[in-house]
Amino acid sequence: MAINWFKYSAPSTFYGLAGKLIPWFALSAAIMFAVGLYIGFVVAPMDAQQGEFYRIVFIHVASSILSMFLYLIMAGYAALGLIFNTRLSSMMATAIAPTGALFAFISLWTGALWGKPMWGAWWVWDARLTSELILLFLYLGFIALHASIDDPRRADRASALLAIVGSVNVPIIYFSVKWWNTLHQGSTIKFSGTSMHVAMQQAMFVTLVACWLYAIAVVLARVRSIILERERHTKWIAELPEVK
Amino acid sequence: MKKSSMLGLLVLVIRRDLVLAMRRRADMLTTLIFFVMVVSLFPLGVGPEMDMLRKMAAGVLWVAALLSSMLSLGRLFSADYLDGTLEQMMLAPQSLSVLVLGKMVAHWMVSGLPLVLMAPVLGLQFDMSAQALGVLIAGLLLGTPVLSMVGAIGAALTLGLRGGGVLLSLLVLPLCIPVLIFGTGAVEASTAGLGVASHLSLLGALLVLALAFTPWVTAQALRISME
Repeated sequence: MAINWFKYSAPSTFYGLAGKLIPWFALSAAIMFAVGLYIGFVVAPMDAQQGEFYRIVFIHVASSILSMFLYLIMAGYAALGLIFNTRLSSMMATAIAPTGALFAFISLWTGALWGKPMWGAWWVWDARLTSELILLFLYLGFIALHASIDDPRRADRASALLAIVGSVNVPIIYFSVKWWNTLHQGSTIKFSGTSMHVAMQQAMFVTLVACWLYAIAVVLARVRSIILERERHTKWIAELPEVK
Repeated sequence: MKKSSMLGLLVLVIRRDLVLAMRRRADMLTTLIFFVMVVSLFPLGVGPEMDMLRKMAAGVLWVAALLSSMLSLGRLFSADYLDGTLEQMMLAPQSLSVLVLGKMVAHWMVSGLPLVLMAPVLGLQFDMSAQALGVLIAGLLLGTPVLSMVGAIGAALTLGLRGGGVLLSLLVLPLCIPVLIFGTGAVEASTAGLGVASHLSLLGALLVLALAFTPWVTAQALRISME
């Protein structure tokens, strides 16, 4: 039996699949968050240097990683949509952007909360902080460009091009910020992960998986809304039980 | 036009845009006046201590150059778009990338070059040393074309959109951060007595990268916006 690999690249079939997958991802995300935060806040010991404050990394690290990966994935989907003209890819890119921006924001916010007790300042012009902030700007630019174009096809293609240009630029920005920082001042306190406790590693890993699952669930939910909105004139949507 | 004359086409576009700009000199001057104003506002905002001003001079001049180049970017394609010239250019058998490159060069000559020429005067207001001024000018000469070229991508993407100007800045400013960093870094390195070659080389590298890719990307963006 031949498998049709592209079956789920059509919005009409993907809509149903996404609907079935969302509860699973959402539920497992909730469980993983509960487990990860339990290990992080109860099982993991207090850090010798940083006291209780370090526990924010269980959210911070995962959201930073997610914010960066999601940008690349978003740019990848956008490029697919631009090159192969697949509607679903562009919709996915659009659906990922707010979640990525959210994670970038959470990463900055938790970083500030951690920085105040550790560095004595809410904000330090550290290379990582600065490039994370610029990443947030890139997300906002993508969202703003997409939102300000009424024609969905042009919006998809224009923001796809922007995302690609942005992802080419990300390494340049990262290194320029890094060199800029080392030129300006000696590096501030580094988070030395010399001998990390096993429970800390576990908690970090579990919350990272939880964040991934959450991101997938939310993106799928959002892409379903986008599909409904974009394809509202089609027959298959009119025949959906929830639309009838 | 002969097929071989890609350079001829480039010169033609540049000349055309320059003539158009010279017929509307006020546009060019407003950008320059904006640049001067923004730079002059800083001492009023932070106080007249010369030590501090000398330290922040390069940053202020670069940020002001960045902002004023954003101002003029909106006009890069909009006039041609509104009167239909841009459509004709896209239908033309010649490469759109070359046409776009011509427009970028003309835009830089009209909006970037005056800033570079004005910068030494403003630098003196901030009591910059002659050596630092020289480095600043070299950096601006290498960096402002990159701003015009990267900005052109944003201008093409936001062509004909409502609220285009602010949106354009939102898209382009984050992409211009490396130019800002290396441009101000060069001046700082020179005042600290370090070599400036690395910063200027990096700016040059950015310029070469931008020259190679942005005309093509901008042409693609124009096709997306015009279809």
